[in-house]
Amino acid sequence: MSILINERTKVIVQGFTGDKATFHANEMICYGTNLVGGVTPGKGSQKHLDRPVFNTVKEAVAATGAEASLAFVPPPYAADALMEAADAGLRLVCIITDGIPAQDMMRVKRYLMRYPKEKRTLVVGPNCAGIISPGKAMLGIMPGHIYTRGNVGIVSRSGTLGYEAAAQMTALGIGVSTSVGIGGDPINGSSFLDHMALFEADPETKAVVMIGEIGGPQEAEASQWIKENMSKPVIGYVAGLTAPKGRRMGHAGAIISAEGDTAAEKAEIMKSYGLHVAPSASELGATVARALASL
Amino acid sequence: MDIHEYQAKELLARFGVPIPRGSVAYSPDQAVYVATELGGWHWAVKAQVHAGGRGKAGGVRLCRTYGEVAQAAKDLLGKTLVTAQTGSEGKIVQRLYIEVAEPFEREIYLGLVLDRKAQRIRVVASAEGGMEIEDIAKSKPDSIRQVQVEPAVGLQPFQARELAFGLGLNIKQVSRAVTAIMGCYRAFRDLDATMVEINPLVVTKDNRVLALDAKMSFDDNALFRRPQISEMRDPSQEDPREAQANQHGLNYVGLAGDIGCIINGAGLAMATMDMIKYAGGEPANFLDVGGGASPERVAEAFRLVLSDRNVKAILVNIFAGINRCDWVAQGVVQAARDLKVPLVVRLAGTNVEAGNQIIKESGLPIISADTLADAAEKAVAAAHGKAA
Repeated sequence: MSILINERTKVIVQGFTGDKATFHANEMICYGTNLVGGVTPGKGSQKHLDRPVFNTVKEAVAATGAEASLAFVPPPYAADALMEAADAGLRLVCIITDGIPAQDMMRVKRYLMRYPKEKRTLVVGPNCAGIISPGKAMLGIMPGHIYTRGNVGIVSRSGTLGYEAAAQMTALGIGVSTSVGIGGDPINGSSFLDHMALFEADPETKAVVMIGEIGGPQEAEASQWIKENMSKPVIGYVAGLTAPKGRRMGHAGAIISAEGDTAAEKAEIMKSYGLHVAPSASELGATVARALASL
Repeated sequence: MDIHEYQAKELLARFGVPIPRGSVAYSPDQAVYVATELGGWHWAVKAQVHAGGRGKAGGVRLCRTYGEVAQAAKDLLGKTLVTAQTGSEGKIVQRLYIEVAEPFEREIYLGLVLDRKAQRIRVVASAEGGMEIEDIAKSKPDSIRQVQVEPAVGLQPFQARELAFGLGLNIKQVSRAVTAIMGCYRAFRDLDATMVEINPLVVTKDNRVLALDAKMSFDDNALFRRPQISEMRDPSQEDPREAQANQHGLNYVGLAGDIGCIINGAGLAMATMDMIKYAGGEPANFLDVGGGASPERVAEAFRLVLSDRNVKAILVNIFAGINRCDWVAQGVVQAARDLKVPLVVRLAGTNVEAGNQIIKESGLPIISADTLADAAEKAVAAAHGKAA
């Protein structure tokens, strides 16, 4: 098992025929992802990468039975694409796009609430590297070869820091069940907590790594939930000890603006809720190994 | 993106927020002219900088004569104002705002922010205006009233009324405060703001409600659809290197240390800077070269990092996904040809062997590192003039 995606998950790409989308869709196919088609308004009934193109997500779902989508849509149209996916009944949408206005994401989140919880689309991202269940399927832009299949889940705000963790784990012979990038924006589709709950329920996952950043309340929220609900060990890390207050560090969400926003404060909160906190980014793999050894 | 007080007031006035009469001035003569045009007996001459805490730092002068206005303008223009929010380097004053000074009876705090936890806009008000909201939260937490805005329908007048009555205003004042609150909300929503702060919102003897100060920040991701806001950008208030980085699609934040950093990905960049600190060094900057670290971007990144004279060593840390290490290595070798400071390069990910081979064969004195910790230690040693 794994969470969110596996080798059977039927996937479409929104914004299918764009250059970047084409490149990554091809990588996903090569990795073994069950890519069944894509959507580009106005290019319906064409073929792209030997797969059908549709004008709307609804048509794509009706023709292919797609359950999940990877959205490669420019910022001005991203919110629209996410709402279209939700309306078409997709279970999961992963959005890579960086630069979506915060108020657009606010509207998307509000729109998703129209659907009852069991039918609600899970949005992963924006501004993320995507999702990978190693050896099964990839819904994103990560280098698939750095991951090995295994029993540790990863949830990370940062893409490359997630790669760093996976590479350190691979070097120590530790594999990954699923790695999820929730993205660096202040308002994201799903939080650490959403994915923690999925990993807790996944029998294949034995431990989870949570890689946070400065800014926002999501690491603290998830840590409290972990203490109260989670049976599996969680390894935590927060980047940005050296970040000055009030300055945006690359990610729109990475800005220290409130109490509890700093890396040191977040690491303290994680510790107080019983997480195994990696003292530095170079010790992510070793900390996972120690947590697994104590099982 | 931040704007000046006078710009924020101009914008808010268009949404019906009442403001005192005032105008911008770029010279002492113009300041006096503005004061005569405005009329009245007292004027506030206010330094326009992108930072709060101007009053305490001497950036706001109350003047009773035209002579005093001229003197205040002379004193302030061209001065570097250091406030509690500017950092020690301060911000230069190039514009003044001349405003009719109105006597008032009460000061109220009004702020609108993007609440990340609720993922909604939150309106915050307090009867203890004039202080920073952080101080109000510490000393008078019970005075803070707040409402969340339901995104589907927006802020409703009853919510603004609840806030206004909660501040202890009388009925005449309440209806005017509601106008101000609703106006601030509409400006926030329609202009893609991330913050609107009116501190203080004052109540006058004759029951008028006025925004005495105004601060607005905007969502950089939404500037593509707010050209009128983009035009308000004042480069003199921004770090020149950050502005230059912005133009090349790079994210740069200057810091006080001496190890220049060139890294792909914001999270990895922050983690690497932390590693430098653990190894006993101090990063000179945050720099995310982004996903596609093309030779042009790498070259621009080196130029930016080297424009900081404090830099004694450079650390490049690239975890290549889509962009292959060999490609990144070519860019690094090109950019490093005339380098005067030691360079530590750590490559990982796609085609790492080929990348390291290119670095090795370049014949340049580049210090290679395998891991994050190794890279940080070597960079710190190099900056301190020791062989790693």
